[in-house]
Amino acid sequence: MNIIVCLKQVPDTETQIKIGSDRQSIVTDDVKWVMNPYDEFGVEEALRLKEKHGGEVTVVGLGPKRVTESIRTALAMGADKGILISDEALNGSDSLGHAKALAAAVKGLEYDLIFTGQRGVDDDLGIVGATLAELLNIPQVSLIVKMEVAEDGKSIKVERPIEGETLVITSTLPALVTAQKGLNEPRYASLPGIMKAKKKPLEEKSLAGLGLNSADFGAGARKLKILELTPPPSRQAGKIIEGETPQEKAAQLAKLLHEEAKVL
Amino acid sequence: MAQGVWTIAEQRDGEIRKISYELVSEGRRLADALGQELTVVLLGSNIKDKAAEFGPYGANKVLVADDSRLEPYTTDAYVSVISQLVKANEPGILLLGASVEGKDLAGRLAARLDVAMAQDCTAFAIEDGKLVAIRPIYAGKAYAKVTFENSWPQMATARPKVMAINEPDPSKSAEVMDAAFTLDDADLKTKVLDVIKDASGKVDLTEADKIVSGGRGMKGPENYNVLEALADVIGASVGASRSAVDAGWRPHSDQVGQTGKVVSPNLYVACGISGAIQHLAGMSTSKVIVAINKDGDAPIFQKADYGVVGDLFDVVPALTEEVKKYV
Repeated sequence: MNIIVCLKQVPDTETQIKIGSDRQSIVTDDVKWVMNPYDEFGVEEALRLKEKHGGEVTVVGLGPKRVTESIRTALAMGADKGILISDEALNGSDSLGHAKALAAAVKGLEYDLIFTGQRGVDDDLGIVGATLAELLNIPQVSLIVKMEVAEDGKSIKVERPIEGETLVITSTLPALVTAQKGLNEPRYASLPGIMKAKKKPLEEKSLAGLGLNSADFGAGARKLKILELTPPPSRQAGKIIEGETPQEKAAQLAKLLHEEAKVL
Repeated sequence: MAQGVWTIAEQRDGEIRKISYELVSEGRRLADALGQELTVVLLGSNIKDKAAEFGPYGANKVLVADDSRLEPYTTDAYVSVISQLVKANEPGILLLGASVEGKDLAGRLAARLDVAMAQDCTAFAIEDGKLVAIRPIYAGKAYAKVTFENSWPQMATARPKVMAINEPDPSKSAEVMDAAFTLDDADLKTKVLDVIKDASGKVDLTEADKIVSGGRGMKGPENYNVLEALADVIGASVGASRSAVDAGWRPHSDQVGQTGKVVSPNLYVACGISGAIQHLAGMSTSKVIVAINKDGDAPIFQKADYGVVGDLFDVVPALTEEVKKYV
């Protein structure tokens, strides 16, 4: 089975987010960059499928040079090859732009399956996977927590939890799967794995190298335009319920929820 | 010139889901701001009699696509049909719900139409005739105000349980029309084999009006019956923080937070939850937040509308008794 895994980097979820003076982007000075957590599930699932069915796992990362680190991590976990798509002209692109760049890199490769994370925990959009699948004209199954490949290698069976139920879905291959938490527990890279990763092929591609026109990318080409970033809406200050005993406090709380908040 | 507001209705097993009414209500407000019409697009099988539901909430028209291949939802069938309707009619705005399947549909549909899409929005407005959307990013640590450039229709999904539903006016009705479309079986590459209903039969957290949630302070899985007792009395669903899920006390489907579910109930009661930023990401759009925690310095108290500093094992059972007066 030939499997492609797409990944990007995001600020670690502990990071304090500060809005830049341009109010269009965040301050990145103190950011700790990590592999997008949902992409990790994709890497792990690809490795498990390779272990079961044989084949090769190629990791495609997109972003600045530092993304190389996350590609190396995936190689250390057991992936075979890496590709980094990196270009100044990509800065400020929207999801459509990112998907177009990924599609150009993936198009020439042989694949049965493509994994992406269900969304990036930076922009929380969850669009790149679907767009990539569309550009490659393959089916997508998103937010998947369980999957298996059919004996004949021509289809997959997956599970997707929706509100109140879980759907069991089949898809023909090749297909794109977006990974949801619960799909697996990603392994840690072992020390031998880290050493081997240094020798595994990792090539870098620019937009021009992929046959793409820089003018179609970047902030100027965005279809989703950011007008402004703001801090989250502040809630009105709350009150701490007074009382001598837990019973008193509970009584006061119940009364306020009924009379004031009107939620009971 | 693209014009008109469209909303995509969501139905399951022939029943219209609540988010559809949230979308119609918001769609009506946007259509009024633009002086344009509101159309609801309804897909399913033997679904046409449900089309009448939308007029009272403000729809001018309902476009019905009725076909056995449109039940249940599949990405391929829905994207194919809706994109045909959009190309034939050129609406200016297209809204969907940010439910699990709504997000799946919206992503692929936007790609099919080669347009931008604003996902999981908490507010909309019209500015200079264009749609402006507000949406949380970085797990709600910041909010982005976005708009659309060379991108018609302007597409967005709305976070469930945020948009206010209009008071239905039974005197209002919508014109119901049959949608013209073709569906090629060869285009349908995915199939729903089976549906496994959740054992509890309880309302999913993302749709619950009230949630009682427990974190590390619960100390173990056996103690959640304290929360379940309160939940039973007030008609709530029970959630959990990541700590509790990672400890194996509660299933992942109960997790509220950045890597769990995003919920927006009328009432969220956080018990023994410290209020880590990743947890807040999952419940900060709740209308009323109550925090019960032994630690008066827990960050959750800064987000709570009502805070009780105390032992949840004393407070919650007492609260369970007290609320019986009101329910």
